Parts: sequence; structure tokens; C-alpha cells
Amino acid sequence: MGDPVKIDVSDMNFFYGTTRALHGVNMKIREHYVTALIGPSGCGKSTFLRSLNRMNDLIPGARLEGKVNLDGENIYSPSMDVIGLRRRVGMIFQRSNPFPMSIYENAAYGVRVNGLTRDRLKLDEIVERTLRAAALWDEVKDRLSKSAMGLSGGQQQRLCIARALAVQPEVLLMDEPASALDPISTAKIEELIYELKENYTIVIVTHNMQQAARVSDESGFFLTGRLVEFSETKRLFTAPSNRETEDYITGRFG
Amino acid sequence: MRKAIDRSVVFLCGGATLLILLMLVIILSNITWHGMERLSWEFISQPPKQGMRAGGIFPAIYGTVLLVLLMSVAAVPFGVIVAIYFAEYAKRESRFYRWTRMAVNNLAGVPSIVFGLFGLGFFVHGIGQALDRGIYGGKLLLGQPSILWASMTMAVLTLPVVIITVEETMRAVPREYREASLALGATRLQTILRVVLPQSWSGVMTGAILAISRGAGEVAPVLFTGAAYFLPRLPSRANDQFMQLGYHIWVLATQSPDVEATKPILYSTVLVLLALTFLLNVTAMVIRKRIRSWATR
Repeated sequence: MGDPVKIDVSDMNFFYGTTRALHGVNMKIREHYVTALIGPSGCGKSTFLRSLNRMNDLIPGARLEGKVNLDGENIYSPSMDVIGLRRRVGMIFQRSNPFPMSIYENAAYGVRVNGLTRDRLKLDEIVERTLRAAALWDEVKDRLSKSAMGLSGGQQQRLCIARALAVQPEVLLMDEPASALDPISTAKIEELIYELKENYTIVIVTHNMQQAARVSDESGFFLTGRLVEFSETKRLFTAPSNRETEDYITGRFG
Repeated sequence: MRKAIDRSVVFLCGGATLLILLMLVIILSNITWHGMERLSWEFISQPPKQGMRAGGIFPAIYGTVLLVLLMSVAAVPFGVIVAIYFAEYAKRESRFYRWTRMAVNNLAGVPSIVFGLFGLGFFVHGIGQALDRGIYGGKLLLGQPSILWASMTMAVLTLPVVIITVEETMRAVPREYREASLALGATRLQTILRVVLPQSWSGVMTGAILAISRGAGEVAPVLFTGAAYFLPRLPSRANDQFMQLGYHIWVLATQSPDVEATKPILYSTVLVLLALTFLLNVTAMVIRKRIRSWATR
């Protein structure tokens, strides 16, 4: 376990108004790892994920205690540039949400808003590269100017991945990215995650235990706002050290 | 017995609906019938002649269209900006939001004659005269009723409807889109301009339609702020006065030296006003449909 730590979460408490959603979570997310977060609905895993790029800032009354260090820098320090943070820590949502624009414009959106390039050729190149990286290029190369809303659910989700990759983030947060997809599309997304971890650090929330076992290197099990167990995926699924984890992964509840 | 009550309720409701329909049919057929009599190309393209007993109403049509356009140019962008503040920046629970929002709703309920007096006091005598004193050395240029101030007054009147419709449409844009945009490192402003507003164009157009159909028919707000009793010359500068259809109808109906002789002209003028309002509405609706199909293409 000598791999460098990308995100270091220490003593994180999270509140929605007066409701406490997370209790003293500590987690080290390692670089170029796929880290899976599992647990029953409402256990706080999505809240945890969304606090890694400060998406929870948008929710009125949300409040966080503790530290989240990205490459050693606390992302909740007042001097943090949240816009820049979100460029470094991209996010894929549960419901694929391509903008009602063309496929090309979707892939180019992040590049445009961040002003990364004004050169059309360079933009074309980025769009192609990211669509290839998201294993979508061959399916859409002839209709880049068509609306993204005409794509299938699985294609839309891969477009969202391409859109996130275009700004060259370091970390990708995935909030149940395949939960609304059919098995074939799900397999494609999983394959993609496997390829992406070469270049990115990935944190994925999933309800699908097999999926967590297949794609991740380390896993964390959340229950009622606490991180019950966090270890190597293989170990967590074969020899969990905690009784609650065992009950959950063997399907006795949740 | 219960069945009889039930049936009579159906009869009552249906009858009331029919009555409304009947009134509309009577109004429209009466106006169309009498209005067609004098309607001609000459009527539409010529200024009034012989003390309004002959000739046409072109200056009034021109003035009305110009008034509505200038009003939209002022009310729509301003309304959109306020709506952006309400929907995107203001905190919904905050006292400031609640009070300003209530103020906008109340503004929508103010009688239009009050707006007319407000326009005279605020725009004409207030801003206009201040500008004359400050910039033009006391020369009377902007400190008098004109198409500019009439349009501004009308814009204040129609502003609430623009704000409310645009705010509702912006709120209807799914949160997922905003989150996706922000998660890509876009600023709030970029998110609003590139994601939220493009999906709200139909709301902006709806607001404009409602504003235009209200503005084209109102008389009271322009009464003291720029409408002229009789002005064969078309307005060409911002501080010119203008003729307006609604006002012209009132003039024809009450101020003519020979009411019987002006009656056919009056009918045709009413018909033209109705047709114009209808036309402006249809145009805006066509544009809205275009935008919609273009946005979801």
C-alpha cells in the first residue's frame, strides 16, 4: 500500500441544516485507484462523494466539518478556488444529463467555459480524443452536430464521461453512473472505468455489489452516515472484518 | 333528486360557458361586420383627413407598433435580468426575496391609469426635465410627453408579467443541468448564460407575447405621457409625440364633431386594433415555436 494518496479525508462531519448526514469519516483515496463506495440508500455515500468537489455547496443549509485534502491542500479552506477545484475533480451523475445541445457542443462545453482553447482545430482534436476515450467516437463521429438528446441512455452517459474528461480532470467522481442503464451499457461503462484508471483517480458510488467487486481496488462501506469499513476490495468482499459489512454484502439487509 | 341536481349543475356550468362564447361571437361579428365597410388599403395607409371624418389611421397604427416595440426593447431585457436575480441568485427564504417578489406581484395589480400618472411625474417631469436642465441647458426637449416616455411607462406596466414568466421558466430548468455545468468548472454566470437561459427562451418569448398583447391594448399609460390627439406626421425622434390606436378610438368615439359620420371609421379602427394585436401575438408565437424546435433539435 505504498501508492500515493490523492484525496485525504479526515474527521468529516456533514450536516443538512440540523440533520447530521456523516459522522467522523476518515478515508485515504489513492491515486489511480478505483475506490468504490457502497451501502444502503441514505447511508451518506452520495453526500460524501459530492463533498469531494464541493457540489454540496449548492444545497442551502449544508455544512461540513473536518478536512478534505486534495494533493495535500484543504479544499474547504477559504482561499480555495472552487471553480478550479471542480475542473480538477470532475463528476458523472446518476441520471445522464447531457445538455440539450449538439454532441460536439456537449463535449466541448468544459473546454469553452474554462477558456482552455479558442483554436477550432485544437477543439476538434480535444472533442475527438475525449469521445474516443469515452468509447463513443465510432458511434457518433458522423453526427457530431446532432442533438445529444437523440442518443441512447448508455451513449448519453458515455457522452457525459467524455464531457468530464475534456477538461482533463485528475479525479472523476461517479454517482451510480450505471444504475439507469441496461446490462450491455453497464458493461461498457465498467470497461471504460477500467481503462480510465490508467490516467485518473476514480471514486464511484454504486448500489451494485458485483459492480463494486469488479471495478474497484478499494471499497468503503457506509452505514447510517458512518464509514464502517474501508479496505482492499478483495478483502472487503471475501473476508470483511465487520459484522455489518458481512450482513450487507451477503444480502442479509439493504 | 340528487340526479336532478347533478344534471342542473352541468346545465348551469355549460350554459355559463356558452354565454361567454356568445358574447365573444357577438363582439367579434359586430365589429367585423361594420368594420369591413370602411376597411381598405387607403384606410390603413393614409392619415386622417377632414377632422377625422375621412382618410385613414396609418399614424395610429405606426405609433402603436413603434410603442410596443420600444416597450419590448426596454421591458424584456430588464425583466430577464430581474428574473435571473430571482431565480438564480436570490435566496428563496430571504426576506429581501420575499419582499421584492411581493412588490413585483403588486406592481402587476396597479391600475393602468396610475401608471400613466406615474409616467408623467417620473419620466416626463422627473427624468426628462432633469435631463433638459442638466444636459440641454434648460431647452425643452425631453421634458415633455413623447414616444420615449410613453414606451418606458408602458414597459414599467408590463415588466411584472415578463419577470414572473421568465422566472418560472428558469426555475423549471432541471437542477441536473446546473450541476453538470458547475461540475465542469463553469462559473455561475457561465452556467446561467450557456445552460439556463438558452433553455428559457420560450419563457422569454411568452413574457414578451403577454407584454405585447397587454401593451398594444392599453390607453391609460400613454394618455399623459406621449399620445397625441391628432398628428398626421409620423414620430421620427425619441421626443416626438405619436398617435395610438386605443387613444384614437376614444377620440373618435367621444371627440368627433359629427359622431354619426365617424362611426364607420370608428368600427374599422377597432377592427384594425384587434387584428394588429392578434397579428403581434401570432408573430411572437411563431418565433417562440421556432426557438423551441431549434433548441431541442
